[in-house]
Amino acid sequence: MSGAEKIDVTVTEIVAVNELVTRFKFERTDGGLLPTFSGGAHTVVEMKDGAITRMNPYSLMSDPMDQSAYTISVRRDDEGRGGSLFMHNNVSVGDKMVISYPVNLFSLDLRAKKQLFIAGGIGITPFLSQIKQMERLGGAWELHYACRNAALGSYVDELLSAHPYEAHVYYDDEKQAIALEELLNGQPVGTHVYVCGPKGMINWVRATTEKLGWPREAVHYEEFLAPQPGKPFEVKLAVSNKVIQVGEDESLLEAMERSGVDAPYLCRGGACGQCETRVIDYSGNFIHRDHWLEDDEHASGEKIMPCVSRFEGKTLVLDR
Amino acid sequence: MTIQFNEETFRDDYTFKNSDWAIQRFPFPFHEDSYMYSVNMEQHRGGPEGSIYEKRFDVDEHYVAEMRDRAMVLADDPLRCQSLPHMTLAGWDLLELIMVSKSEDYPDLFELHRDGDQWRWVNKPLGIDDTFTFLDETTLPYGPMEYITRQAQGDFCVLDQRDDNLWMDAGTVTTQADWSLDFDIGMNFFEWHAPVPLAHEKGIFVRALKFLLNIQQGSPARRLNWTMTVNPLLDTSPENYHKWGIQKTTITPDNIGQKQHLRVELQTFFRLPRSNALVFPIRCYLCNFDDMMTMPKWGRRLHRVIRDLPEELATYKGFIDNRPMMLDYLAKFDDGLPTSPGIWPDKDSEPPLQA
Repeated sequence: MSGAEKIDVTVTEIVAVNELVTRFKFERTDGGLLPTFSGGAHTVVEMKDGAITRMNPYSLMSDPMDQSAYTISVRRDDEGRGGSLFMHNNVSVGDKMVISYPVNLFSLDLRAKKQLFIAGGIGITPFLSQIKQMERLGGAWELHYACRNAALGSYVDELLSAHPYEAHVYYDDEKQAIALEELLNGQPVGTHVYVCGPKGMINWVRATTEKLGWPREAVHYEEFLAPQPGKPFEVKLAVSNKVIQVGEDESLLEAMERSGVDAPYLCRGGACGQCETRVIDYSGNFIHRDHWLEDDEHASGEKIMPCVSRFEGKTLVLDR
Repeated sequence: MTIQFNEETFRDDYTFKNSDWAIQRFPFPFHEDSYMYSVNMEQHRGGPEGSIYEKRFDVDEHYVAEMRDRAMVLADDPLRCQSLPHMTLAGWDLLELIMVSKSEDYPDLFELHRDGDQWRWVNKPLGIDDTFTFLDETTLPYGPMEYITRQAQGDFCVLDQRDDNLWMDAGTVTTQADWSLDFDIGMNFFEWHAPVPLAHEKGIFVRALKFLLNIQQGSPARRLNWTMTVNPLLDTSPENYHKWGIQKTTITPDNIGQKQHLRVELQTFFRLPRSNALVFPIRCYLCNFDDMMTMPKWGRRLHRVIRDLPEELATYKGFIDNRPMMLDYLAKFDDGLPTSPGIWPDKDSEPPLQA
């Protein structure tokens, strides 16, 4: 069995946070306690969407020490393959679902003298649990959170009222922007920076910290990619001796699973490296979308991350 | 089952002994008639009833005596237990993991009563009954890691995970096979494994690290490792090499069966929830050659493994000088018959030694 351990849960609360974001609360179906976790961890939620089982990662935003329930926030993606739409449209209070044990690919460096959080949009969610962890354990932190506008600023009111000195909010519509260089230059030695948000924001923070000479180890980022739809393609799986079709709205990993192939995975968002698969033969073009492989590996045609990457062409043979 | 705890020592007069029960459940580490490094990891999810794999943290007849020996080592050398400042949360994680596991797995020996952050811990074998506040260090006599590892057999390395590496940032290490926490503290996975021969060339450590970084909550793993120790010494540390190293010269053909011990480490790995650190318990089991030879399969196999072991490994494991004497002894227990696969003694199916 691939992936982290599973937990049977029941949806006990659904709250529309704003026009795009909905919050879901999960409690153990057997009434027991959920595992504690570390701030920044995610869970993989399984969705039975007709014949397809989708498994999407969502950051846990509840208090890591609260074992009674987990909460996640899901942003609706009207252009996506339907995972977030399924959560928004098909999940009701009382539904039974399966989620994974917490996995953390974005954990706090507890050596830091101060934690500096930079969030964009729905990228706020891992910081919500990290802030609760920092508040519980003590320690300096600061949040700079950019949103499109006040109406779409998830959890802005809660953050500003609970943490008026630590939380700073910026609205794009009001031409407010994080003064990043100033912010970074003003930090005490030993500060660690964490960024979660759109790709452009992550690149901006990484490039700016590099330019300012920040140690690479002090800069942390997380970007989960949702698998994007694409043209259907055919894959031959050499080890399993199967030829499978990857549909328009499913990922290569999902298609393998649908065909009964137990492929390894963890984050399902192109970040963790677990599903890395060797390419035996191909004729066509890869559409690499992961953060795991290096550029030269992408160019080599020798590896693919089936959770987010696709293929267009005549032949693709994988070592799976 | 209630365990009868041995009155025994691991130093000076060496009264350590294994009961028949302990010999039968000894974790003989060789699954075939030869040995080479491998990552050899498996899930740590129970095992045959009564085996050392059954519980998350095995408690056996040596528990009370081992804890007494640890207290003596720590009294002589407090640096055997260290925790860098950022590892305190991981120490609480470990305390919780051990208390919950032991109270669930051995309810007749250990009790944990929790009311929010107010915890009461009862350890009957050691006569401890303490009440404290979880996550408040001032309510315990030691830091959380030291407190609980003074009550748990085996060494404990608590590894921080960052920058795609593991860091030896905390631990209690008093029963080690010739390595030093005080020397390794703060090192990363490749740094502290630098002295190991052959394994680097085989890429073992790169693969092992990748595996360990991906151990997740709820999915602990385990493996066995081994070496040789003369006399039933738990503390074979570099700090005390001047005391125990010389003892390797005291074995003779007459006493080797009693003095020479196979030292097996049950290594387990658990992801710690609040800190995202990894704890690496290393539990040491000792068995002398005479006791091991009561299992015909182990007698045949141990001879073949020791005979064919590459010289670098016999040197690294510290018994190259004594290997000829070991082989003289072991050859008498190898009649050339085939052995069954796997580590278990298979007493019912392995024939007795053929004269």
